[in-house]
This record gives sequence, C-alpha cells and structure tokens, in this order.
Amino acid sequence: MTNNPASNDKQERIGVYVCHCGSNIAGTVDVEDVANWAGKQLQDQGVVIARDNKFMCSSSGQELIENDIKELGLTRVVVAACSPHLHEQTFRTACNRAGMNPYLCELVSIREQVSWVHTDKFAATEKSKAVVSGGVRRVVHHQPLEQLHVPIHPSTLVVGGGISGIQAALELADAGYPVYLVEREPSIGGHMAQFDKTFPTLDCSACILTPKMVSVGSHPKITLLTWSEVTQVEGYVGNFTVTIRKKARYVDDEICTGCGICQEKCPKKVIDQIYEAGLGYRKAIYTPFPQAVPKYPVIDRQNCIYFQKGTCKACEKFCPTNAIDFTQEDELITVQVGNIILATGYDLFDARRVSQYGYGRLANVFSNLEFERLSNAAGPTNGNIVLRDGVTVPKTVGIVHCVGSRDRNFNNYCSVICCMQGLKFAHIVHERTGATVYNFYIDMRTAYKAYDEFYQRVLEEGTLFVRGKVAEISDAARLPGEEGKLIIQVEDTLVGKQRRIPVDMVILSSGLEPRSDSKELAKLFGISCSADGWLIEKHPKLDPVATMTESVFIAGCVQGPKDIPASVVQGSASAARVLGRIQQGEIAIEPIRASVDEGKCSGCRICNDLCPFNAILFHADRKVTEINPALCQGCGTCIAACPAGAISGSGFSDIQVLSQIDGLLLLDIDHSTLTQAV
Amino acid sequence: MSQDFEPTIIGFTCNWCSYRAADLAGTARLKYPPNIRLVRLMCSGRLDPTFVLKALAGGADGVLITGCHPGECHYLEQNYKALRRYLLLKRTLAQMGIEPERVKLVWASAAEGAKLADEITKMVAEVRAIGPLNWPRGDGVENIEQEDLTQSEFVPEEALA
Repeated sequence: MTNNPASNDKQERIGVYVCHCGSNIAGTVDVEDVANWAGKQLQDQGVVIARDNKFMCSSSGQELIENDIKELGLTRVVVAACSPHLHEQTFRTACNRAGMNPYLCELVSIREQVSWVHTDKFAATEKSKAVVSGGVRRVVHHQPLEQLHVPIHPSTLVVGGGISGIQAALELADAGYPVYLVEREPSIGGHMAQFDKTFPTLDCSACILTPKMVSVGSHPKITLLTWSEVTQVEGYVGNFTVTIRKKARYVDDEICTGCGICQEKCPKKVIDQIYEAGLGYRKAIYTPFPQAVPKYPVIDRQNCIYFQKGTCKACEKFCPTNAIDFTQEDELITVQVGNIILATGYDLFDARRVSQYGYGRLANVFSNLEFERLSNAAGPTNGNIVLRDGVTVPKTVGIVHCVGSRDRNFNNYCSVICCMQGLKFAHIVHERTGATVYNFYIDMRTAYKAYDEFYQRVLEEGTLFVRGKVAEISDAARLPGEEGKLIIQVEDTLVGKQRRIPVDMVILSSGLEPRSDSKELAKLFGISCSADGWLIEKHPKLDPVATMTESVFIAGCVQGPKDIPASVVQGSASAARVLGRIQQGEIAIEPIRASVDEGKCSGCRICNDLCPFNAILFHADRKVTEINPALCQGCGTCIAACPAGAISGSGFSDIQVLSQIDGLLLLDIDHSTLTQAV
Repeated sequence: MSQDFEPTIIGFTCNWCSYRAADLAGTARLKYPPNIRLVRLMCSGRLDPTFVLKALAGGADGVLITGCHPGECHYLEQNYKALRRYLLLKRTLAQMGIEPERVKLVWASAAEGAKLADEITKMVAEVRAIGPLNWPRGDGVENIEQEDLTQSEFVPEEALA
C-alpha cells in the first residue's frame, strides 16, 4: 500500500455511528451532540451521515450500519463506541456483510478512554468529538485489505510435565494429534508427584497421578522429551520451529530397561534438593522417584565420581544391558509445531526470606514441601511424622499460613492453595500423631467445592485456630514450659491479646512464586508476564488460557497460583483451544504487515538489523530490501526507521497516523468558535 | 500565560500493553484529566519521530509516548529501538527550544492501568504548569509524507534508477 496523497480527494462517503452503550457512554458524553457535530462539522471530510444509537453492537445497531452502506453508498465507516479490543471484529463483520471491505471500518474508543475515565460532561463530549474527528481523518486513508490465511501445523508443543501439561498433552493426543511434551527434570509429574495427599478428598496424590503419567509415557501420539529444555522458538502463528536441547542422560534409553540396579550400585549419595526437598538422598545416577516416567535414570554429572575423578563406572559394570554411555552428548532436536502450551508451573517461596520465622536456622521449622515429603509413605521417613532428629514424634505442631503471601514485604497476592494445604496438614498430623495442632491464619479461604466442608471437619477434629499473623518463631525460652520448644509469638486478633505458644514443630505454608526464570521463558516465547512474573493471559475472565501471542497458550500455575483441579481445567481448556485451531486447518491473521516500495528503497540497509523475526531480506544483486509477509509481525519498527520512506505498513501507514493526529487536534484549532456554538 | 490554560496532549500507545492499560483504566473507572488523546500503534517501535513533531506542530502542547516495559515487548525488543529514538528525539527537541517536560516516555504493561492514569495526570499537570507551546502552525512537517522523491529536483536521475 502506498501513501497516496491524492486519496484525500477521493471523496469518500463516510458514515459515523456514535454509541450510547446504555448509559455507559451517554452518562458522561452528550452522544447526540457528538453525532450532530460530526454530521455538520466533518461534512468537508466526507461524512455523509452521523447517527447515534443506544447499543451499536446490538443486531439493530449493526443493521443500521449495513443499511446505510447499501442505501447511502458509504465507502467508509467510523464507529465511536468501546475499545477496538472488544468490538472491532463485530463492526468489521457487519461492514463485510453489507459488501464493504472490513478494513475500511474504524472503531474509536469513547468508553474506556473517555466516558469511563472522565467526569466532566462538557470536556468528555469535546474529547469525544476530537476522537471521532481523528477516526474520520484516519479512515479516509484506509485501504481494503485481505486477511492472510496460514495453515496450522497439527503438532503441539507442551512445555512442562506437571499435572497441567500432562492433562493438556493427553487431551490432544487422545484426539489423535501429535504432541511433544518437554520437561526439564528427568521425570514428568511436577509438584503433584511430591505430595502425599490431595485436599479436600485426601486421595493419594501418586495414586491419581501415576496412571496419567504412564498414559503419557506410552501414548503413541506423545513424544516425551524429559531432561530437555526449549532453547529457541522461531516462526510464526501456526508454524513454529522449536529447538529443544535434550541433555545427555548418559543412559541409552533404547537399551535401558529401567531395572534400577545402577542406582543400587552407585556409591555416591547426593542430597535430593528437588524431589525430596532436601530431606532425602538419591544417587548420582537416579530416577527422582520409583514411579518416574520415563523409567530411564540420568547421571548427574556434577556428582558422578567418574565425571569428577575419572574412575568408578560402577553403574556401567553392573548394568545388565550395557545401557550406560559416558560419551553421550547434549543433543539439539528441531521440531515443527503449530501451537504451544506453556505449563511450567511455579517455584515455592523460599521461607528463609522471612528471617523471623527461623526457617533454615531452627531445625524443627519445616517448609510445606518438606512436610509433604515427610508425610509421604514413599518419602525419606516412610511417612512417619518426626522432628529433624528423625525419631521424635511431635506433641504439638504449629502451622503458619500466608508465608510470603499477602505480605507487602514479599508478595501481595494470595497463593490460593495454602489455606487448604494447612488444613490438610492439620488433618494428617492429627491422624498420624495425635498431636495438638495450631493453625495460624489471617483469613481462612476455603472457596470451591467441598473445601469448606473439609474446614469444618478439621475444626471438629479439634485443630486449634488462631487468627493472627505470626510475628516471630524462636527457641529462646522465657517462661516455664518453653524450654526446648519453638515459641510462636502471635497476636490473637479474635481475643485481642499477644500469645506465646510453645510447639515442637512448625510447618510454614510458603506461598507460590513464578519460576525464577519466568521472564526468560516469556521472552523466549514472545509473550508478556506481569511485574510479579506470572504470564499474562489474553483476557482475565473470558480468555484465561490464551495469550496476546497467537498460537501460544498457558495452563496451570504459570498463569497464577491455583490448585490441582484448576490446573487440570486449564490444561484441558488450552488443549480444547488448540484442537479448535488444528481442526480449522488454517488460521486467518490480521493483514497488518510492512512492505517495501522497491522504487524508493535506496538499499541503505538501515532496516535490515531491526527485525527480530528475520522478515527483512536484502537482495544484494538489486540492492533493495524486501519484507517476507509471512514472517513480518507488523510491529512497524522498520517503517519508522526508513529514511527514504520506502517502507509502508498496512493498517498503520504514516498517512493514517498523521491524519489521525490532525483530526485529534482539530478541535483546538476551532475551539473558540465551537464553545460559542455549544 | 492565561490562567485557565488547559494543555492538549497526544499519547501514543502500543496495541499490546499501554493501549490495554488505557482500556483497563477505563474498566476500573480510574480517573484522569481529559486533556490527553490517544493514538494506537502496533508497537512503540512504530513511532516515527515525525509523529511527535507533527503533533507538536499541529497544536499539541505535549506528547506522551508509551510502550511495553523493557524485556516485555510483544515484538521481543522493539521498545528498545523506541527508547533509542526517543533519546535522540529529546536532544533534537531540546535544540528546538522545547522543554523536556513536553515529551515523555513511560512504560506501562497491560496490567498497569493505574500507573498509566497516574502518569497521564502527572504529565497534564506538568505541561499545564509550563504553559502552551505556541509553536507556529506551519507546513514544516505537514507535507513530509507527501514528498515524492521521484519528483524532487534535488535527487539526481541516476539515484532513482
């Protein structure tokens, strides 16, 4: 498209439609005045009709536009209503139905940007006129555009093998489409694999998770890539080329039977910081847990005696199938996918940061993940709840809620799961040890099905609840009965008194935090994350699993704290969104693209380095630059950079933007006459 | 300077972050002065410095440029390019005698409706305090886009061949 100055004189016939949006706009903006003004004052710009309507987006409102296009021969339409992010498509479709190219319609916002943010009716009305005038001046220079259709590759990349990613992968694979599931740990399962029981039903976490893990491992449509990480994402909507680094396992998964002899024979014991939360040991060659999927172990290079000292190879000697291969190297795999689902989960808040709670300093202060391992029958103590000494059963236990959450010093947000988790812990401690259990909470949040009933149950079991934020946990005994105990200092806000409660064990309900590398993840996949680090969904209510980047979806805790049922729902939801796209076969994308007028291009190559999508090619023979429309994402950075004005952008050309600025400023020029006229 | 001077400010927003922040400010019914009028671009990287000059020449007393936070660009890194151009533009504007308060760059993510509303309020107050720009409204930048190199007598034929 070119910036043809002559298009000013084309005598376009423009219709202007101003929406009341009930009282949403009409409450602050004199909508009739705006329409009347546009009808008279913008006549010289080509406005032939200006109307107002209670709800432009209603079918009668849309019909109004359609009839005018047909009967008055409109060639351009400006709708002044809500944000284009809400109803641009609605009005474009209406124009299209009446035979007009949908891109000749412009929606300008006088609701989100005028009536909802201003209170002065006169000022809001004047601003609305300016906004309409900007839209009218702009729409004159719109060009008819055609949507681009690109085919969707039927494979999907799922990043993260926790419950959310597992669910998404299974839904897609069961529907018959290929899935690549990438997990950075040696096994899928995520945090859920570490838990003992799940609230509120108390079913065993492994019992409900492992069948799904096995399905993933054996599914013919799922390519499972554990001990792997995505290193590069190239391409565009529906067609991504993803590079995955498959870290060397030093075990040949074609030959390994998963018998486990290597793990038995390995002489090197390592504290397992990840799966056992630092409470238990693993070997240098290991699978994180017995039900791991896949069953093949990995060798941890940092701790392997052979890799560090050059001798040992015990695993190799004892392996019955000769599957150990010390020469293996990291492998880069490239896969083609049409859609991407990110389900990388969360990190646990490090309770050391709340120094007054003594985690890491006082032996018997445990984190929630440590307690999950402690209470797990497959954990380091075989499910015996004991103090750090490994033998003493606690007689009193304090569970502290909101550690690092709902706290201005750390994270403002609520981590959602900790109340129910604290109740679950109280129940387990009570059931297994008969200890007295205190729960220290700020507010008890037990929304969702059967959660509050569980709270009632724990209340009836005799757990003691203290409403108040714990100030300090110390081992400094001051009163009789405090010796050798941990003393929890708390203001009981229901009684209005400071209390000192001696306990044997403290469990900190640490909150959830975004993965420490969530910003890099967002950058890798070209999506945005909030200041906290949670990835941002397309719409918080109506589009919670899509992102602003087409074909990239998010599921589970990567989007924000949530419990297992919600994570599963998002896994399924994201898969459903992807399936819808795959089954369409192709996707229509906005024709907002840059293009080069070769006649004007001087071959200076200033634009060449500006494109992060490698859409700009330089033809050395002809000394001109060309833009590949399939790779161009339409940001327009090259357009702004071109010193020759040789690059133009459809939908956002220079003349469109400059004309809009003209229009927006129109009112100031005639302000004196206008105020008199009003 | 007249007592009741109300500045007009043109705001450039990025489709993916600050325009959505403006939407969010609306949805949350936050309030800011009506002096600002927003133009939507696909990216702050699309901001041709000409747009800023055009706005100032056309009667705006100030220009607010907004985009995604560094590292959060929808197009990966184009906001950094906007930042470079902004810094260069500021130097040029200073040489034209334009007060630095009149042209400002603010990062606002899609979640930062409150921040955007705040920044707009602050900027309106600042520009109101320094008064109108009073730039003569001339053809200086008016016809930049209409200029067709092929018609220019300053461009030798060979260069166009």
